[in-house]
Amino acid sequence: MTGLIDLSLLLFLAGIAVAVARLHNLLAVVVFLGFYTLVSAALFTVLDAVDVAFTEAAVGAGVSTVLMLATLLLTTRQEKHGQPTVVPFLVVVITGAALVFATLDMPSYGDPAAPVHRHVAPRYIERSGEEIGVPNIVTSVLASYRGYDTLGELTVIFTAGVGVLLLLGGRPRPRGGEGGP
Amino acid sequence: MSHHLILRVAAKLLIPFILIFALYVQFHGDYGPGGGFQAGVIFAAAFVLHALVFGVEAARRIAPARLLEAGIAGGVLLFAGTGLACMLMGGHFLDYDFLAADAVEGQHHGILLVELGVGITVAAVMIAVFLAFAGRKGDSCTSG
Repeated sequence: MTGLIDLSLLLFLAGIAVAVARLHNLLAVVVFLGFYTLVSAALFTVLDAVDVAFTEAAVGAGVSTVLMLATLLLTTRQEKHGQPTVVPFLVVVITGAALVFATLDMPSYGDPAAPVHRHVAPRYIERSGEEIGVPNIVTSVLASYRGYDTLGELTVIFTAGVGVLLLLGGRPRPRGGEGGP
Repeated sequence: MSHHLILRVAAKLLIPFILIFALYVQFHGDYGPGGGFQAGVIFAAAFVLHALVFGVEAARRIAPARLLEAGIAGGVLLFAGTGLACMLMGGHFLDYDFLAADAVEGQHHGILLVELGVGITVAAVMIAVFLAFAGRKGDSCTSG
């Protein structure tokens, strides 16, 4: 049953990706990319990664879509028609083949002998209850065991925000007169 | 878009629930899925909805640039400050055990503060980035 759900979601993903590549209306592309992230979030839910799915749905499908729509307001809605070229297609095919080849070496899904399950994860799962006392182990790893990494992530968001504000001007510039329409 | 009555009424009804849900995700992250990152984005979504329906200028009045800039820096400072507080209390950087007399209680305090810092910075960055994008040309089409 789960296999059927996985298969249909992955087919959805592939179909949406092909549609995005073929469409020339950028508004439709943005909406389809929103679909793409939403289906990815559904896949994460199937993989029991609820926290990741939550972030994917909120950031990917929600905020990214809105930001891309806001960007479309500043540019055009129609992609310029160019000659279809062979080189990008070849690059995509070769990269995709390399990625598929790389997955052959990966441990199968849920394999208890996989390296990620043998390193520090068992220690977190065994001791989180008594050391942190928080039912959601994801939160205890994210905020406490790996708090330093999370501080780094937050600094990345901080830097990105400051960069965008410096580039686009966070404060509206006074445009003659009383500075507004 | 300010003349769409149904949108305005629906947005006014929805925004408080979105904000409450963001706070729930923020402070319930210890027990269920969620945490500062998700809560910050949901909190920002309420402001984005407000800006879309009532115009960028109205959203700017609620979330002025100075407040957003303070939030962007304040969240990171709260996170790093929690770590420094742990050092002052005798532990290592971000070692929450020392924040309270009981180690587990200290962990709870630390996680709460750190997640709050994450939420504040993420929400402020998302709102500021959206307003920066939408405010470029959006003023003319929203204040009709």
